[in-house]
Amino acid sequence: MIDFGYTLTRDRQLDYDRGDFRFLRIVRAMEPSLDVCIGCGSCTATCSAGHFTGFNIRKLHTLIQRGDNETIKAELKKCMFCGKCQLVCPRGVNLRNLILAMNRAIEQLG
Amino acid sequence: MKQSVIVIGGGISGMTAAGILALQGLDVTLLEKETAIGGHVAHWDRLFPDRKKASEVLDFAMEGLKKVKLVTGVTISGISKHDDGFTVSTSLQDAGCGMQDANTTQLPPAADHDSLFTASAILLATGFDLFEARKKEEYGYGIYNNVITSADLEKNFKSGKAILTHEGKVPGRIGIVHCVGSRDEKVGNLYCSKVCCVTGVKQAIELKELYPASEVFNFYMDLRMFDRHFEELYYEAQQKWGVSFIRGRLSECSENPDGSIILKTEDTLTGSPLKMTVDLLVLLTGFVPAQSAKTICSMLDLKTGSDGFVNPADSHTKNNLSGINGVFLAGAVKGPVSIQEAIADARAAAALLAGYIKSTLVND
Repeated sequence: MIDFGYTLTRDRQLDYDRGDFRFLRIVRAMEPSLDVCIGCGSCTATCSAGHFTGFNIRKLHTLIQRGDNETIKAELKKCMFCGKCQLVCPRGVNLRNLILAMNRAIEQLG
Repeated sequence: MKQSVIVIGGGISGMTAAGILALQGLDVTLLEKETAIGGHVAHWDRLFPDRKKASEVLDFAMEGLKKVKLVTGVTISGISKHDDGFTVSTSLQDAGCGMQDANTTQLPPAADHDSLFTASAILLATGFDLFEARKKEEYGYGIYNNVITSADLEKNFKSGKAILTHEGKVPGRIGIVHCVGSRDEKVGNLYCSKVCCVTGVKQAIELKELYPASEVFNFYMDLRMFDRHFEELYYEAQQKWGVSFIRGRLSECSENPDGSIILKTEDTLTGSPLKMTVDLLVLLTGFVPAQSAKTICSMLDLKTGSDGFVNPADSHTKNNLSGINGVFLAGAVKGPVSIQEAIADARAAAALLAGYIKSTLVND
């Protein structure tokens, strides 16, 4: 094959039209409080895992709703399940159960 | 016969309404639990968005009170409703209170006994309390010396004292935290207190005026610059004063041995946890329903919302009516308001109340 000097780059845009929302439906059914997030970042500020890895629960929470599940699958393992995020959430989102729900959804959908 | 009105609450709303009612020729009594009238506004230095002196606003309201009977230092011990109006009984709050002249708020007590007042109508202007910042323990108010509230800062501005750290140094870096006690289910307050955003911007500018070399950071979730000239004040803070805005709610803070404060937040716009040391931390505390209003509400059987503020009969068309004939509402008793809004609302309530009394007279 002739090398034209070009490489393929993954499209960075969130393609909402091609999003897979089965994941969101499962998670939302298990933890409806996910809908009341205001994106303040208290959870991520206090996150034990987030200080040492790129784990950002606030972003994952948004990514589910945009239908990007691949990132979530890769990231979720970094959570240490300490629950500090839930303690500081001003909207009372049940974040520990949200993370459990995400794990369940991964199990169900493979 | 001259008709009488009782205004409960001597803050800016009660003062404004009492003045308008007196102007209408009514016999007005203003009841206030503190020993001086003026409410919260008496503690503020300059007001957003135009930095008008709070004392000038109070002086203006005081002008209208020359014919109003002021009774301060009293709590409401009972209210009874009868066919032609209300009887309000008061008891003394503590020593050093009583009747006062309008033009001197510091007069010694003229009355030292419990009293009864009768009136055709009541205007409830009991205002609000400030959120107790100690409840947000992770922010360290009352624990760390260099954590203060916006109300503390305002009192310092007013007193003209130098704004220094507890250790007596000029603060090189100052953090201002928005939404303390507001928009926070953890303290039971889901509502937005509305005026903290612009207060935070105003105080950031004032701190930069005082210490141009200091860095000021505002930590916000949303900046709600909802009213006229607010957005321009925000613009001025950025463009003229170099105030920095970080979008992230303060998660927790701790204290260094030298007394400085370490903040933990997420810088949500970069998506990274952020740590910052500041010399002084200002918490923008919001509104909570006034404790003193609770007993009055139960005496009158007034309905409050789930947020604890009094619900008007209708939020659009009967905003100053309580749903109880002859009981009117003005100002922050119904929820967070700016001073500008409180004044306008008090005037509206006074106009309706005067109309109510005049139509009663016609009916008689």
